[in-house]
Amino acid sequence: MANRIDAAAATAEGAATFRQVARDTIRFILKELKPKGRMLTPFNVMSGTIILLGIVLIAIRFAFGLSSVTNLSQNYPWGIWIGFDVVTGVAFAGGAYVLTFVVHILKFKKYEPIVRVTVLNGFLAYVFYAGALLLDLGRPWNVVNPIIGNSFGISSVLFLVAWHFLLYMICEFLEFSPAVAEWLNWKRVRRIVEGLTTGAVIFGITLSTLHQSGLGALFLLAPSKIHPLWYSHNIPVMFFVSSIFAGLSMVIIESTFTHRIFKDRIGHDLHAAHDGILLGLGKGAVGALFAYIFIKLIDFVHYKQWERLATSMGYWYLVEVVGFVLLPTALFLQAIRKRSVKMVRFTAFLTAVGVILNRLNVSVIAFKWYEPVRYYPSWMEIEVTMAIICMELWVFRWVINRMPVFGVHPAVEVEEKTARDMEVVEWKASVL
Amino acid sequence: MTISRRDFLKVAGMTGGVLLAGGRKPAQAAETARTGQEDVEFKGMLIDTTKCIGCRACEEACNEANKLPQPAVSLSSDSVFEKIRDTGPDAFTVVNRFPNEKEPDKPVFVRRQCMHCNQPACASACLTRAMEKTREAAVVYNKDRCMGCRYCMIACPFDVPKFQYNSPTPYVRKCIFCYERQQRGEQPACSEACPTGATLFGKKRDLLEIARTRIYAEPDKYVHHIYGEHEVGGTGWLFLSGVPLEKIGLNHIIKGEKETSHGEQD
Repeated sequence: MANRIDAAAATAEGAATFRQVARDTIRFILKELKPKGRMLTPFNVMSGTIILLGIVLIAIRFAFGLSSVTNLSQNYPWGIWIGFDVVTGVAFAGGAYVLTFVVHILKFKKYEPIVRVTVLNGFLAYVFYAGALLLDLGRPWNVVNPIIGNSFGISSVLFLVAWHFLLYMICEFLEFSPAVAEWLNWKRVRRIVEGLTTGAVIFGITLSTLHQSGLGALFLLAPSKIHPLWYSHNIPVMFFVSSIFAGLSMVIIESTFTHRIFKDRIGHDLHAAHDGILLGLGKGAVGALFAYIFIKLIDFVHYKQWERLATSMGYWYLVEVVGFVLLPTALFLQAIRKRSVKMVRFTAFLTAVGVILNRLNVSVIAFKWYEPVRYYPSWMEIEVTMAIICMELWVFRWVINRMPVFGVHPAVEVEEKTARDMEVVEWKASVL
Repeated sequence: MTISRRDFLKVAGMTGGVLLAGGRKPAQAAETARTGQEDVEFKGMLIDTTKCIGCRACEEACNEANKLPQPAVSLSSDSVFEKIRDTGPDAFTVVNRFPNEKEPDKPVFVRRQCMHCNQPACASACLTRAMEKTREAAVVYNKDRCMGCRYCMIACPFDVPKFQYNSPTPYVRKCIFCYERQQRGEQPACSEACPTGATLFGKKRDLLEIARTRIYAEPDKYVHHIYGEHEVGGTGWLFLSGVPLEKIGLNHIIKGEKETSHGEQD
């Protein structure tokens, strides 16, 4: 009897503390939601205007249909909302799976300081750019259909991609959640989600390899519609390999900016190691670029493409491959040899432009190149795309200014598993 | 009692084996019982372009059967043939006119609509099974499942599915081979309306025989090719022509294969 009362009292007490904690947390989050720093900066004014206009256009799009805002037609069902936002955006988000693989699986500790910001970037890229898919869908409320199972179109590559987007977003959120827990000061939750990280990383890499290539495989279904210089059975492999250097160069670009803008948020360790990290990322990108060039070359020879080079599409192909694949490779090599971080940054930018070109070529520019009336995006499509990028940047900044993204909280950085790391080092040594 | 791992595996393996061996027959029986009928033969349509007079009765019947609005250019007006038309969200079939080199005073009229492929790319593209190949050959559209991603339009080698870009609640639209009419035992509206037999409905196997017979009987009149017999793995709708296929817009796939030269590697 007495026991039961105790238990009841304890439960009541527990409930009270829980309520207290919940109230505190909500208050904390509400406080954190308020913007920090000056509001009327040039960036804020500009991006704010773009976002507002974008929201208006999105409202018009949902009220009157896609034709009110986009230049899409019966001949060109996919425009830049798919070709740029989704297909290119996801390629750039590839840095997250590459870096988590390098740090959590291969245990290269050197890159650990930038893992969180990369995962955050990847997660937000998926939320916003894959989320932009909803704008493009004619009946977005049916987007749950392939998920809830009343109509599984399992023969479709898009089915795989849709599931992967969803699952990978969850993975990336799990990978990032330790930072959220630290921000909220939830020590127990942090320990739990920290334990899930390795699992999430492994699952996430599996998903990424599949849907990065899956995005390319989407176009295998339209062999007669894509210019033969771009169409290939190897599109999936090329998309996957190029997502590696796309992701890495995006990490280089992103950290170039964040290091200027968020100077005060960045710890000593990262600051000191930063140049070495960027050079290392450049090396990784070069490796992937070489693999990519190799596949491209085999493909080119295999499909006997020589005579096609002397056409206007052929010149455009050369611009992409020579100017934005071969040239960056040479520049990266040069930069690494000279240990020039500046050059690595520039080359990363060049590589990123090349990836944009490639994705737009496959999905929009070389798609039905034979039509007399071609698709080009309306200013409103570009505006909405920019608005989405700005929204992502705002959320990114909000998170960085609050959560421990660059480096771990000193309070929690204790129980590192040195023993297991030693094992890995030994294993690496034995392989060498 | 303790069970060793070996024993457990033995029992488990035996149980599984028995289930597998014994389970197969009933499963097959259940399959037949479930569908409740023997194989259904693919239906098809034979379009003999040498017989078509361009009256557009098929368009009219199609609009009526699918409750589509009347076309912008009146059905009785010939001005519609001045330029090549495409199907649209509100026109599931259109008749086009092409010049005839053999007999310049007798132009060729060719219909355009969904070809109802044997293995439709739109259906394999669809992630919600909104585009679906039925056992009777029609490729139908389940509009409640569609999320409007338009991947079917990307995939279709004939560019047939059309999207309602002007609507906030758009659907993909195309000919569905009058599937409901076929279910009721009627033939599609267009073939019923065709006054010359240029559009002929039937079992695909029979239609192929008819097409071959016509070519054999009048080898000089016809191009010796049944368009749709092998294109994209075979289509439900077949076309006969008196002039080279590429002259009347039926070259799409042939051209694509030649130009991209993927054919031999696929």
